[in-house]
Amino acid sequence: MTSPQTTPRLDIRDLSVTVQTDEGEAKILDRASLKLMPGSIHGLVGESGCGKSTLMRAVLGILPKRGRASQGEILLDGRDLLKTSATELQSEVRGGQIGFIPQDPYQAFNPVFKVGTQLLETMRGKPAAQRDANIMSLLRSVQLPDPEHALDRYPHQFSGGQRQRLLIAAALVSTPSVVLADEPTTALDVTTQAQILKLLRGLAEARGLSMLFVTHDFGVVAQLCDTVTVMYAGQTVESGPVRQILTAPLHPYTRMLLACHPDRGTALAGIPGSVSSPLRPPSGCRFHPRCPSARPDCSAAVPPVTEPGDRHSVRCVLHAMGVAA
Amino acid sequence: MMDAAALLDVKDIVTLYGGRRPFLGKARPPVYAVDGVSLSLARGQALGLVGESGCGKTTLAKTILGLIRESEGTICLDGEVVSGMAPREARLSRRAIQYVHQDPGAALDPWWSVGHALDEALKIHGVTDRDERRARVDEMLEAVGLNPSFRSRYPHELSGGQQRRIGLARILVLRPQLVVLDEPTSGLDLSVQATVLGLLDGLRQRFGLTYLFVSHDLSVVRRMCERVAIMYLGRIVESGPVEEIFDRPRHPYTRALLSAIPRLEPGSLQDMPTLPGDPPSASMQKPGCAFQARCSLAAERCGNERPRLLNVGTEHIAACLRLDEIGALAGA
Repeated sequence: MTSPQTTPRLDIRDLSVTVQTDEGEAKILDRASLKLMPGSIHGLVGESGCGKSTLMRAVLGILPKRGRASQGEILLDGRDLLKTSATELQSEVRGGQIGFIPQDPYQAFNPVFKVGTQLLETMRGKPAAQRDANIMSLLRSVQLPDPEHALDRYPHQFSGGQRQRLLIAAALVSTPSVVLADEPTTALDVTTQAQILKLLRGLAEARGLSMLFVTHDFGVVAQLCDTVTVMYAGQTVESGPVRQILTAPLHPYTRMLLACHPDRGTALAGIPGSVSSPLRPPSGCRFHPRCPSARPDCSAAVPPVTEPGDRHSVRCVLHAMGVAA
Repeated sequence: MMDAAALLDVKDIVTLYGGRRPFLGKARPPVYAVDGVSLSLARGQALGLVGESGCGKTTLAKTILGLIRESEGTICLDGEVVSGMAPREARLSRRAIQYVHQDPGAALDPWWSVGHALDEALKIHGVTDRDERRARVDEMLEAVGLNPSFRSRYPHELSGGQQRRIGLARILVLRPQLVVLDEPTSGLDLSVQATVLGLLDGLRQRFGLTYLFVSHDLSVVRRMCERVAIMYLGRIVESGPVEEIFDRPRHPYTRALLSAIPRLEPGSLQDMPTLPGDPPSASMQKPGCAFQARCSLAAERCGNERPRLLNVGTEHIAACLRLDEIGALAGA
């Protein structure tokens, strides 16, 4: 547990990302903010297309060619990654201070190379003995069965869950302090998912990792994360401790999203309408066309962030004006 | 349990894959993808078929559809035996069963308008009268919540959710009695999933459909189905009414599956018992109970004796040798 006064390990402030498309400029992220505290697991929840992956790519400095961060800052231990040179990002940040766990264990490996070749590649330049010892201890820590022979096998000889373990090991090779995980359990069965979540939690605690865990499943957030940020159409709408968000969500979108969960929902309604295109986003709060409590001023400007509770922040006109209790 | 009112009655179905002797090669034993499955589905009911990937649920669904030929067993549809035929005949005799893909929208031809696609389905199924086809297409568009103006639209003009609706309409316009839904909500966002489930539920009531709902997501099955069957390595290990299975699961595998669902309770990860090992492969068959290697309650005899499905409650059956002892353990 962290005390509230510590500085965040990763601090994303008002980050906007625009991408040039043939049909004009698309604002994929619109003043997204997020704080990852040291030693905590922070969930980033939202539906497909809300900008979760773009946010992650912005942190890693691998935005698409025609995309750029037009506003804001990404502070990693106080250093602004948006002002860091590409070479420094490559040598120190990616595969250095930040480890990355990709989503699909079935596509992340090259099928024609042995797993060992692919894992050891990340440690080029280090003495062979050290590399081998390193990788063995990692494979043991991710609880891969039969680690001694794993390196000589090909990706297809592993199950999905085992491949995900290998990817986690690969993310930890550089002993990062921050790990970004992009829906690492979405492609897995529930039973395997439970194993991987437990493994991640254990690793984070044992190694003091700060982890940003992207998912669309609020259930996974409830199980794994300490804090959570909810995103809608490129805007971060609510952020706070998981327990608080689950029991007393403040933003109408968070409420509706939680009501869709099979544990909560009684009526199978969903959220009426669909997510707007980032080419022509609604003005102001991007959720207002679908929001049941929308008011005329919702479309006027992006609402300011208010902090009604301890570390619990929300971006909604209703709370900014103190309308909602 | 032969049910007089059953729309579908499947008895001791076995589906084998492979097993041929290659030229000059060593003969390989066949894989029992479905190994002696029996189930019956009453008209208007929804049955959930649940299991991990590779457990044989899709193979069973395709066998019931007639797309894969069963090796043993009988399938009765509406009182008539439809098994034991050549694949083409088998499919024809099972016209009343239709299949909805995981992503029905992706199955639409991008060059065809919605009206054209729906119309063709009817033509293939022998509806020759143009006006009737038109009326049925309009009716179905309305049933899935789209207005008839959608006829002239092309798939790329539709949102993902609308494509899914059209995909569903194309199946339902054939007026099937039994619809096999293969993972209809996997890969969907929660808000869209809720909409799709609501639509499916409404259509079932409106047209009196019977659903075979193949899914790996127990929480979805709980919402949609009256009964559920849990499959493991080609066999049904437990089946019964949904509330019964969720409140009083008897088989250790069912319990493991239920406890692995991520619930909306913070920090429950630590108390969550996890099932060791990986989903099994049907090509590695051992004697005894198929689940023994991952079962926390496995005893010695589990390795020798294959458990049979036994009655453990009202319409509730489970296949485990240690049922009595386990029941006592849980105090359920």
